[in-house]
Amino acid sequence: MIAQNKGKLAVYWAASCGGCEIAILAIDEKILDVSKHFDIVFWPCATDGKVRDVEKMADGSIDVCLFNGGIRTSEQEYMARLLRRKSKVLVAFGSCASEGCIPGLANLSNRKEIFHTVYHETPSTENPKGVEPQHVTDVPEGKLYLPVFYDTLFTLDQVVDVDYYLPGCPPEAERIWDAITAILENKLPPKGAVIGANTTVCDECPRKRTEKKIRKFYRTWEIIPDEETCLLEQGLVCAGVATRAGCGAKCPKVNSPCIGCYGVNDGVVDFGARLMSALASVIDSDAPEEIDRIIREGIPDPAGTFYRFSLAHSLLRRKKKVPDEE
Amino acid sequence: MAERVGVYICHCGSNIAGMVDVEQVAKWAGENLEGVVVSRDYKFMCSSLGQAMIEEDIKKHNLTHVVVGACSPHLHEKTFRKACQNAGLNPYLCQMTNLREHVSWVSRDREKATEKARALVAAAVERVKRQEPLQPLSVDVNPATLVIGGGIAGLQATLELADAGYPVYVVERRPSIGGHMAQFDKTFPTLDCSACILTPKMSEAGQHPNVTLYTYSEVDEVSGSVGHFRVRIRRKARMVTEDKCTGCGICVEKCPRKVVDEDFEAGFGYRKAIYTPFPQAVPRIPVIDVHSCIWFERQKCRACEKLCPTGAIDFEQKDEIIELEVGNIIVATGWNMFDCRRIPQYGYGRLANVFTALEFERMCNAAGPTNGKILLRDGKTEPQTVAIVHCVGSRDSNHNEYCSGICCMAALKFGHLVLEKTKAEVYSFYIDMRTNQKGYEEFYHRLLEEGMHFVRGKVAEVTDAARRPDEAGKLIVQVEDTLLGKQRRIPVDMVILMGALEPQTDAKELGLKLGISCSMAGWYTERHPKLDPVATMTDGIFVAGTCQGPKDIPASVAQGAAAAARVMGMITKRKVWIEPVVATIDESRCSGCRICNNICPYNAIEYDEAKGVSRVITAMCKGCGTCVAACPAGVISGAHFSNEQVFAEIEGILWDALQEEKKAEPQAVTG
Repeated sequence: MIAQNKGKLAVYWAASCGGCEIAILAIDEKILDVSKHFDIVFWPCATDGKVRDVEKMADGSIDVCLFNGGIRTSEQEYMARLLRRKSKVLVAFGSCASEGCIPGLANLSNRKEIFHTVYHETPSTENPKGVEPQHVTDVPEGKLYLPVFYDTLFTLDQVVDVDYYLPGCPPEAERIWDAITAILENKLPPKGAVIGANTTVCDECPRKRTEKKIRKFYRTWEIIPDEETCLLEQGLVCAGVATRAGCGAKCPKVNSPCIGCYGVNDGVVDFGARLMSALASVIDSDAPEEIDRIIREGIPDPAGTFYRFSLAHSLLRRKKKVPDEE
Repeated sequence: MAERVGVYICHCGSNIAGMVDVEQVAKWAGENLEGVVVSRDYKFMCSSLGQAMIEEDIKKHNLTHVVVGACSPHLHEKTFRKACQNAGLNPYLCQMTNLREHVSWVSRDREKATEKARALVAAAVERVKRQEPLQPLSVDVNPATLVIGGGIAGLQATLELADAGYPVYVVERRPSIGGHMAQFDKTFPTLDCSACILTPKMSEAGQHPNVTLYTYSEVDEVSGSVGHFRVRIRRKARMVTEDKCTGCGICVEKCPRKVVDEDFEAGFGYRKAIYTPFPQAVPRIPVIDVHSCIWFERQKCRACEKLCPTGAIDFEQKDEIIELEVGNIIVATGWNMFDCRRIPQYGYGRLANVFTALEFERMCNAAGPTNGKILLRDGKTEPQTVAIVHCVGSRDSNHNEYCSGICCMAALKFGHLVLEKTKAEVYSFYIDMRTNQKGYEEFYHRLLEEGMHFVRGKVAEVTDAARRPDEAGKLIVQVEDTLLGKQRRIPVDMVILMGALEPQTDAKELGLKLGISCSMAGWYTERHPKLDPVATMTDGIFVAGTCQGPKDIPASVAQGAAAAARVMGMITKRKVWIEPVVATIDESRCSGCRICNNICPYNAIEYDEAKGVSRVITAMCKGCGTCVAACPAGVISGAHFSNEQVFAEIEGILWDALQEEKKAEPQAVTG
């Protein structure tokens, strides 16, 4: 790697679990190489730094910002816009920033319902006064402000312009290192690209594949699959056929079906729609009632199965809003 | 954007302009749609003047894409593509949008129709800008032809092609070629002997060096496309070795098992368990009906085997599958007669002396079960009165709404035969007398003069429940005589039911194998009802005879010849250009998941085991898009139907809504 003037790197964590932050550290000692080439100017999880410091930086002065997490609150939106302005290259890092991921499944619901569950319904909640977070709260000292919690979870590119995507929940260390190398060596693909492979998990999966004919879908706890045959052919909903390669087929290799965390392949607009039409194509029946039964019994949670990671970024985006919801 | 689009909105006389404000649509497109540099409306865009206008504009305005809002692309896509080509523009940069069948003909509100037309034009413009030039692919045409069905239409087509010097394979599911015409005695209106005019054609086909007959055979599977179809044919086990059989007939003579012949004799006569359907059968090789043969029933007999002088009987024979390659296919699968039991009030199957038209044909036939004598079911008594009931299962909303076309004439023919052969009185019960071909009306008048009685009215019931002494022991035809305006009960000895012509029961199934469609009634759909009556929507597949709709013998023959002429046109061209709208798999990105492998309706996808990728066989692909939709990795693309093009089209449809969205302040994300 060519030593040069040190670049400036920022890492930010919005609506996500934090796994992406850990994933960055999973590149192990190579993190030292990163610090050799970059000044880490902002990384709230790992270093001390304040938002006002970023606000004072010149626009475009950060070379690369790795942004993980979707946009759920007004604060996250503010940070996304701020870091966009300050960064030359903004990378949607991980599944949440790219396509919404698990937090995006909350788009099947809305703020009211989410608050109801979180602040009232869960068994571990003790909330006799029925307190819910408010944007503005009057206290004797004045007014207190909390970020606004949006009805919808947005992906990063639904809020600001994104230069690159690094998929995965979380991205694999090797792929992160590939991306960093590409940045350092200035070998980045055209803007808007996903940094990673351009085939699907099947390409990395060693299992034997034949023509597919499925008569029954099983849930993972129902069968112990044979270790050599394609999991989909055994009736497990393996999303590997539709999922971008890059993970090394980690799950199928340990006898567990792919759940699709690496998202769509290039040229595919809607992950769930693709996977559904693919599976629909290989159901081995012509009788409508039987097909209906195969789907109903084998796939009880279609949204969670097909849109586990991609709902917020799909053509559907969210459950239809009822006009008086606000 | 560098695209320069020309938009042309056709009035189609008043077909479109009567319901859509075409001037306004053209003006609106010119003013609002990005990239449109010229937008016009014209009375008849498909006229030579309309085409010339497009051609001139392409040259003058340097158009890169053309949108024509007119009728269905089925009618004029070729016209406008050609016009573009003439002006030096790749024909696939022209997009038609259907403002007639999809808008004006199905709308009642002018304003809404105009709005819809605008949306469709916007969609076409957005789409066409993303279309890419495509080059048609050429395929060599195999000069051999497959004819499915050995009735008169199929035979005519076969002989036309064979005489022109091209190989023909004929597949016939019955043991002999000849079709329904072989069952008839006389043909209307000339009263020619049916067998006398048919059997020469049958034997010609049987002996023709260019004709290969596969009788007692069915089409199992068809793949490929125009110019190079691959066909799998199942030759059902005859239990008789064709090479050894001389057709001497001793096996038939000595076979001890006699059964009702439901097929050729229409249930009116008998045949043996080993049989040829009729004496002039081609080929003369019999078949063993395994369902009635004593050997297959209880492992006894084998009389035929013992007596066959050439040892041709083979009880071990199995179905044989053969594969053929042909360039074109002519479908001439004919018709089936309506099951008259479905109208129980007419008594067929319950009242002995109610006959179907086919039974009566066999009765009149000199080679039939009664040697041509018209007798009641007892086989002895000549009837004194005969009733012929028209429209049994035709022109009846409970069964088939269509008119079977030929039954009036057949009924007149029957009337004539009864009057000629017996002293009986004949009544015809008709709704309308339909005699609209050459010599038909004259034949009707002849029957009027011969003294046949005509009662205009649909028969309500045929019964043997007598109310009056003169009805005792008779069949009574209960009918409302609509000319007299009163109910009549007419006692007769014999009733003939003119059953409807219906599509073959498995017509849809064969249609699926061939990729051709059927009408609601089940007749094969021609490419154009008036201008292309023997072609189908699938290139290289033609239809002839009654499988396309009820028709008489002359029309079937004409269609057979027409289909043959079309096929000869294809063969003499040597090459056909096939649409470049095909799917392709990006092999570098295919991970070989094999989802697409068994979904192609044309078997155009193969899996390369060595490379671990799937591949589209371009010459077999018809661009249906099934694999494109199914590929979970998005590595199969359909030319002319890319994601980009389809999404652009959708956005065009939503043009109005998108403008509103654009107008709205680009706002911060809000809850």
